[in-house]
Amino acid sequence: MNLDAATIEGHFTDPVLDAQATFRALTDVMARPGTRAENFPVANPPAPLSSQAGAVALALCDADTPIWLDSALREESAIGGWLAFQTGAPIVREPAEAHFAFVANPANLPALENFGQGSQEFPDRSATLVLQVETLSRGEQLRLEGPGIETAAMLAPHPLPRHFIEQWAQNRARFPRGIDLVLVSAEGVAALPRTTTISKEG
Amino acid sequence: MSATAEHIARYNFAYLDEQTKRMIRRAILKAISIPGYQVPFASREMPMPYGWGTGGVQVTASIIGPDDVLKVIDQGADDTTNAVSIRAFFQTVADVATTTETGKATIIQTRHRIPEESLTAGQVLVYQVPIPEPLRFLEPRETETRKMHALEEYGLMHVKLYEDIARHGHIATTYAYPVKVEGRYVMDPSPTPKFDNPKMHMSPALQLFGAGREKRIYAVPPFTRVESLDFEDHPFQVQTFEEPCALCGGTGTYLDEVVLDDRGGRMFVCSDTDYCEKRQASASALLGEEDAR
Repeated sequence: MNLDAATIEGHFTDPVLDAQATFRALTDVMARPGTRAENFPVANPPAPLSSQAGAVALALCDADTPIWLDSALREESAIGGWLAFQTGAPIVREPAEAHFAFVANPANLPALENFGQGSQEFPDRSATLVLQVETLSRGEQLRLEGPGIETAAMLAPHPLPRHFIEQWAQNRARFPRGIDLVLVSAEGVAALPRTTTISKEG
Repeated sequence: MSATAEHIARYNFAYLDEQTKRMIRRAILKAISIPGYQVPFASREMPMPYGWGTGGVQVTASIIGPDDVLKVIDQGADDTTNAVSIRAFFQTVADVATTTETGKATIIQTRHRIPEESLTAGQVLVYQVPIPEPLRFLEPRETETRKMHALEEYGLMHVKLYEDIARHGHIATTYAYPVKVEGRYVMDPSPTPKFDNPKMHMSPALQLFGAGREKRIYAVPPFTRVESLDFEDHPFQVQTFEEPCALCGGTGTYLDEVVLDDRGGRMFVCSDTDYCEKRQASASALLGEEDAR
């Protein structure tokens, strides 16, 4: 681990209250798929890990939660150092071992089924994937239905993993097993719990 | 440093340490994404005995922020020991504003009632749960009940309700009435009267459940189907009360029986004290207006 300034700095301004605010915003968007949290506390991780993704890591990750990084984030050694110093979370190479996955380049993401799905007895032992997307509103319009949504909600994230609609339908069909997604962007943060049904609009 | 600030400085914000909060927060997020499933968590000892709401308190401590307004109810009442002491606890350790008004609260911690006033989208209802496993009294082994949930094998629960009908002619379960969440998990709604079960269905508020001794957290997201188990020829029904509330005259609320003397005198009053007080206040305001005319 290289202990330069970028590794040591960049935590929340107020670690306790910012972690609470981050978690609460995540709770809101996880409980109401399609909604966006716009005032997300600021973290300053080394690029290309985004501020919002960094905030999620600071709020939820610690020594109990192995982290998987996609190749774009793994290549930047400062990120592994930052996560290790700030959260104490081990970085793992195998997607299946991770509790959290941070992804800077969603278009190149391995298939969702490679990540921890939990078991039928313990479906909570599944991965949460944090995808850094460019936008939540200017991509292809997705129609969301399911718990947390009164009738239907819309979300238009971009970029998304390959064959996302089909992959997500498989993920939904595995319920109660499956992964959960957090989508972070400069526009805000949204989430797709495994219960959400996604279809293309129109 | 003010006296209050000094007081708080002896604790971490909201009492729990940060690592515990992270662990509970991760459990809450998984609970939301698997509605009705009981997520195991490493429950901590709290400065109150088991049975006093240690699960609910840990959930509240993990979600509460300085801008929250907290309401705590015990069987619908804001002024009973459990409610008062939990409210005082969070005033001390998190310095949050508290209220007794349902509409003004952002977090409502409850022991076995859902407020009569409809909840709204920004609110979180935190239930204190004694026995989270709805199948526990039918099957004592955790390994077995876990498998039954995994296989969606809930026949035993229907047998129990059927035996009620065979013995009493109707489903005699009146509280902790089992529900099915989003058509998948059978869940214990905590020992709320079955009167409150319909309020859980498609509620705009987020509902979180914490069981401290049993170390389980579960959730019902907003706008989620919550159906009380029943049979086609014995549909689920809530109890009704013949008389209105003796204090506010309200009908359609859940009433508590209050014994008045040792000669059989009794009255029935709203269990939701905030709702009842508001109705009494608006009734006397109305009377005052009439008097003025």
